[in-house]
Amino acid sequence: MSFSSRLRNLVAIALLGLSLSACGYNTIPTAEETAKARWADVQNNYQRRADLIPNLVATVQGYAKQEKDVLTSVIEARAKATQVHIDAADLTDPDKIKQFQAAQNQLTGALGRLLAVSENYPDLKSNQNFLALQSQLEGTENRIAVARRDYIAAVREYNLTLRTFPSVLWAMTAFRGNKPMAEFSASDDAQKPPTVKF
Amino acid sequence: MAKGARANFYASAASRLWLTAAFCLIFCLVAAGLRAEGVTFPVLTGHVVDQANLLSPQVRQSLEKKLADLEEKSGIQFVVATIASLQGQEIEPYANDLFRHWGLGEKTKNNGVLMVVAPKEKKIRIEVGYGLEGTLTDALSKIVIVNAIAPRFKAGDFAGGVTRGVDDVITILTTDSSEWTKKPQVRPDNPESDFDAVLPFLIVALVIFVVWSSSRGGGRGGGRRGGGPFIILPGPGWSGGGSGGSSGGDWGGFSGGGGSSGGGGASGDW
Repeated sequence: MSFSSRLRNLVAIALLGLSLSACGYNTIPTAEETAKARWADVQNNYQRRADLIPNLVATVQGYAKQEKDVLTSVIEARAKATQVHIDAADLTDPDKIKQFQAAQNQLTGALGRLLAVSENYPDLKSNQNFLALQSQLEGTENRIAVARRDYIAAVREYNLTLRTFPSVLWAMTAFRGNKPMAEFSASDDAQKPPTVKF
Repeated sequence: MAKGARANFYASAASRLWLTAAFCLIFCLVAAGLRAEGVTFPVLTGHVVDQANLLSPQVRQSLEKKLADLEEKSGIQFVVATIASLQGQEIEPYANDLFRHWGLGEKTKNNGVLMVVAPKEKKIRIEVGYGLEGTLTDALSKIVIVNAIAPRFKAGDFAGGVTRGVDDVITILTTDSSEWTKKPQVRPDNPESDFDAVLPFLIVALVIFVVWSSSRGGGRGGGRRGGGPFIILPGPGWSGGGSGGSSGGDWGGFSGGGGSSGGGGASGDW
């Protein structure tokens, strides 16, 4: 191989590498990984909420044993919600997302009832442990809302790269297997943190 | 004559094309401008942003001094903002958006705290950056709001409530010794962006080196054959222009360092 043709090859390789990244080859994978990371945040925060519940239930139980229905509904909803787990690969499946959301919404509802019931027990309401748990729960609900918002934005970004020029060219060629991710519809009652009055 | 007409036609077609392009551009710009609107945030002018005019200049000054002192000693950027109106939003998303808009705290540490007071809606929130969630927990933030701030606000003593709340939060933040570390004097730049800046020169140098070495090799009678040196180009990190966002210079005004918050903290009302 002559020197000049070798040089030409080298320049071609360098140019190819440069143009691949400069022409947005990285756009789609970057957006995809961002959306997956945001999903991990969502799931972490739901997990954090689930982790708070046993303590909360134990505290409420100490003061309000007779509220068995509400307590068991919370425990059951928690068990169901922790069973539904979504891998990053399942994010393109709207049914799975819906399932996850339904389970978490059920837990949100059960928790709301538990907090409403606890209003009837003045001793419980003034219990320091309960107050701390309550504010932690409130904070976690807010974190969930933020994580969901971030995830929705990241999915929108990713889905846009699959449909808009110029990244759509890559979507049609190199990343043909990439499917748009399912939107996380923001349901109203899950979006609002439970109102806690002191 | 026909030639002139055709030339005319081309000229007018070209000018029409230009006109269309110009219109498209203007339209896009207007659309982008419209989209950028929505919730507006006050400008970050210092550690105390008193948009709602709740605090007297003396109180503002003493708070500013305390908060600047805190940032000087620990690097924690704690900003108090009084907001004239939440513009129809709940305080939680508003505070989170404002926190991220200002980028409080250092980018790598996310050590910012934002206290938002909305007197019109009678809401207050302490929004905590990712990095301080372990120190200023939700429960502690709630306690500060419920015990130190809300009762004073209820009595109409905004200056007292804010001052006491700020004092308590600073106490919480500085009691944990692991957070109470002195900020290094010179904040090193993002090494990645440095690399980005040098990279083109490196590549040029590499190409020159390859050309030089292969020409020497060729001069000796082509000892090496096939499979020239393989250049591995770095994949990621090719952002057009160093978008490091290196704000937070110690001179040239006050600004956030690019920190973020994931919704930690607590809110309350009075």
